[in-house]
Amino acid sequence: MSTNIGSVSDQHARGAGPVLDIDHLRVTFATDAGDVYAVKDVSLEVNPGEVVAIVGESGSGKTVTAKTILGLLPETAISSGAVLINGNNVISVSASKLREIRGRDVAMVFQEPSTALNPVFTVGWQIAEGIRAHAGHGGAARVSAKEAKARAIDALRKVGIPDPETRVNYYPHQFSGGQKQRVVIAAALALNPGLIVADEPTTALDVTVQAEILELLRELRDQYGTSIVLITHNMGVVADLADRVVVMYQGDVVEEASARVLFAEPKQDYTKKLLAAVPHLGRNSASEGMTERAHQGGKVLVEAKNLTIEYPGRLGSPAFKAVDGVNFTLSEGEVFGLVGESGSGKTTIGRAIAGLNRTTGGSLKVLDYEMLNLKERTFKPLRKQIGFVFQDPAASFNPQLTIGDCIAEPLIIHTKPTPAQARQRTRELLESVQLPAAYADRYPHELSGGQRQRASLARALILNPKLLIADEPTSALDVSVQAKVLELFKEIQAEFGFACLFISHDLAVVDILSHWVGVLYKGKMVEQGLGNQVMGHPQHDYTKKLIASLPVPDPDEQARRREAFRAVLGA
Amino acid sequence: MSIEPTIAAESRRDPWYRRLPVVSHFNKSVGLQRGMLVTGLILTSLFLLTAIFAPLIAPFGFSQISDADGSFTAQQAPGGKHLLGTTVGGYDVFSRVVWGAQTAVMVIIVAVIMSIFIGVILGLVSGYIGGWLDRILVVIADAVYAFPSLLVAIVMAIVISGGRSSLWGGILAAAISITVVFIPQYFRVIRAETIRLKAEPFVESAKVVGASNIRIMTRHIYKNATRTLPLIFTLNASEAILTLAGLGFLGFGIEPTSAAEWGFDLNKALADTTSGIWWTGVFPGLAIVLTVVGLTLVGESINDLNDPRLRGRKKAASGKSGPGTAGSSSAAQAAHSAEVSSS
Repeated sequence: MSTNIGSVSDQHARGAGPVLDIDHLRVTFATDAGDVYAVKDVSLEVNPGEVVAIVGESGSGKTVTAKTILGLLPETAISSGAVLINGNNVISVSASKLREIRGRDVAMVFQEPSTALNPVFTVGWQIAEGIRAHAGHGGAARVSAKEAKARAIDALRKVGIPDPETRVNYYPHQFSGGQKQRVVIAAALALNPGLIVADEPTTALDVTVQAEILELLRELRDQYGTSIVLITHNMGVVADLADRVVVMYQGDVVEEASARVLFAEPKQDYTKKLLAAVPHLGRNSASEGMTERAHQGGKVLVEAKNLTIEYPGRLGSPAFKAVDGVNFTLSEGEVFGLVGESGSGKTTIGRAIAGLNRTTGGSLKVLDYEMLNLKERTFKPLRKQIGFVFQDPAASFNPQLTIGDCIAEPLIIHTKPTPAQARQRTRELLESVQLPAAYADRYPHELSGGQRQRASLARALILNPKLLIADEPTSALDVSVQAKVLELFKEIQAEFGFACLFISHDLAVVDILSHWVGVLYKGKMVEQGLGNQVMGHPQHDYTKKLIASLPVPDPDEQARRREAFRAVLGA
Repeated sequence: MSIEPTIAAESRRDPWYRRLPVVSHFNKSVGLQRGMLVTGLILTSLFLLTAIFAPLIAPFGFSQISDADGSFTAQQAPGGKHLLGTTVGGYDVFSRVVWGAQTAVMVIIVAVIMSIFIGVILGLVSGYIGGWLDRILVVIADAVYAFPSLLVAIVMAIVISGGRSSLWGGILAAAISITVVFIPQYFRVIRAETIRLKAEPFVESAKVVGASNIRIMTRHIYKNATRTLPLIFTLNASEAILTLAGLGFLGFGIEPTSAAEWGFDLNKALADTTSGIWWTGVFPGLAIVLTVVGLTLVGESINDLNDPRLRGRKKAASGKSGPGTAGSSSAAQAAHSAEVSSS
């Protein structure tokens, strides 16, 4: 290993040894609860040109491990063990030395590109900042503003930003989400570090953009030999990109294997459970074997004809059409899956059906009530027929009320029961969502995410509604919890027989639940049909792209898909 | 697979008395922050006890200028029968200071309660309903803010009681003038919280369920919006004392024959200072300072302890760096349980 730190030519002389060597890392946080052991005993190595994925659910310590590599832990954390980057122990080096290592030897790509970039500086300035911060240290030559900018343009070109000479002077808000993430990656690449730590780099992005970013990361590895530590909870992303996988659970490494081996024959029970819980497109489809749309004999509960919803623009700018001429029907007992990326209008449609948004054109009939000129007083009696499950179970409960009070609220508002009746009904509902009846006396923060989402389902169902709207009910949950909630959802739907509008960005999840699927793109319904038809034989180009972009949790299958779909994605 | 059992085990609830505002704050404080809180609590309770037991503590009435032995000597130095001396009018300084605590407490209670009630209701309605009502109320609140608070209080005192009057008349006049100054503060805080909470999913979920606006305001927003009130209460209480003393000092207070008032006594002591009579001014002044310091310390400590980023903690066991002081982990555990249940 070189000792002449700071010269650029040494960057490629690292050669044989591992780029990153974590040895018995322990991280402890001081909290109000006393000490929390976030990382108990983690050892791992990353070799040059290797992509190592650290996977785990929330609370497994994967992000803490990643932050330790950059020395980004908060003051309340205490770490022991060793994190060696090119021979420097990040845990014990001085602050100035750590600053030298950051950016030059290791760089980070953050989860949320829009908050990782400073909105008041041009992207070129932000990329150059890192370059100039490292110039003039340890014997390296100073870098002029002009040269720094030239290198920033280079970095932007490397990550595939078109016309980098002009766009280097753009501000972050002038880029789309995926391009912003490219800029963040360009900033990480500016000093040509041997190692990039990517903390959930695609979680905040839409699936089609995710595919592009994954492709970019793969190219970086292939062309420049950059090692990547990929922190993610998404097994599809792991299968797509990783060479080796480290599975973490509650601060410990549970299993470590090459990606192919891990997916094919997981050894530990935890890994097996985790992999089994990952929804896999095309398996376990609700519409399996169906050839025509079910439940068409029943009453039509929701009917949208040329539905348009606009948000008023600011002074001088035109109104924004969130939903543009959408037609669909939802009949009794049917599960309608609404899929789309962010900004496609799927949530707006769900909220309009529940009367939370106003429609501005066309016709939307909910239980034969025309929503176009919604009057709260006349719509209120119908509300008891409609249940709503929100995306974030933590925020959708009043923190000051017990779970029992929250669940019973619709009942109290609409039927004015005696307290004993309300308690009895709440108990029944808690039982049907498989929660102990004693949980009625707990407060929302005393339940875990999955339990809260079940309670949320119980609240939506307490009046036995004909129609349930579920807006991304599982996207805030860990994958294993998601699997359980989906299973429960499916059972309860079969038992209660309500019609359901299931809104999600995740095709695989929608396919598990829905008989009939509609695909939204920029406010337009581009395709609808039976779940297995839409997933198996998509007609519209956008649907094809969407399905091609979704990584499946199987490295071999994913590699095949990647090749087969390259044409679609390139288009 | 999931972490559900651990969560369930952690969330035992403390008995109710440990979840009271000040008690829970005491339990989760350490080091200097605990010292500040305790000092504040001691000063404040001293003030409250003096007020409650004023008839037992004070040797004479607040307007007494003679006893069985005849009239008190005016401007007598501290010592003997008059522990802290007498004023130019022949009042006993110690008794006046003790009785003054009672007046101060009454004014604080009336003023703060009135402003909390009116401020909270206006804030909730204004924030939740919005529109033109909100705009008008905000403009009025801003207008009140724009005046120096003492000036508003003086104007109110003149309007309400013509400047000076009896015990309750005087207390009400002072309290109402303080109320007018404080309502915008409560209004602002509650309105901002209401606007934030209005967009929370749990309020939307209540709307979807069909809850009426009044139900949403009272059941869902009210409780969540008023969590910072104990803090504003303590900080405003000290400000109320200062306003009261200011009114008294400027001559808009309460007649010495109807109640004892620190600010009034300070005013009368002005002339004494040049003739070397220090005791008539120092003791009422000291009473004001100590009370305000006590209340402010309690308020500021609660403020710091409510914010996890400002709250000192016992540091993790094995380490050598990190903020806070060392201590037993059992105390940290206790602090945590208080935290879990108070949130």
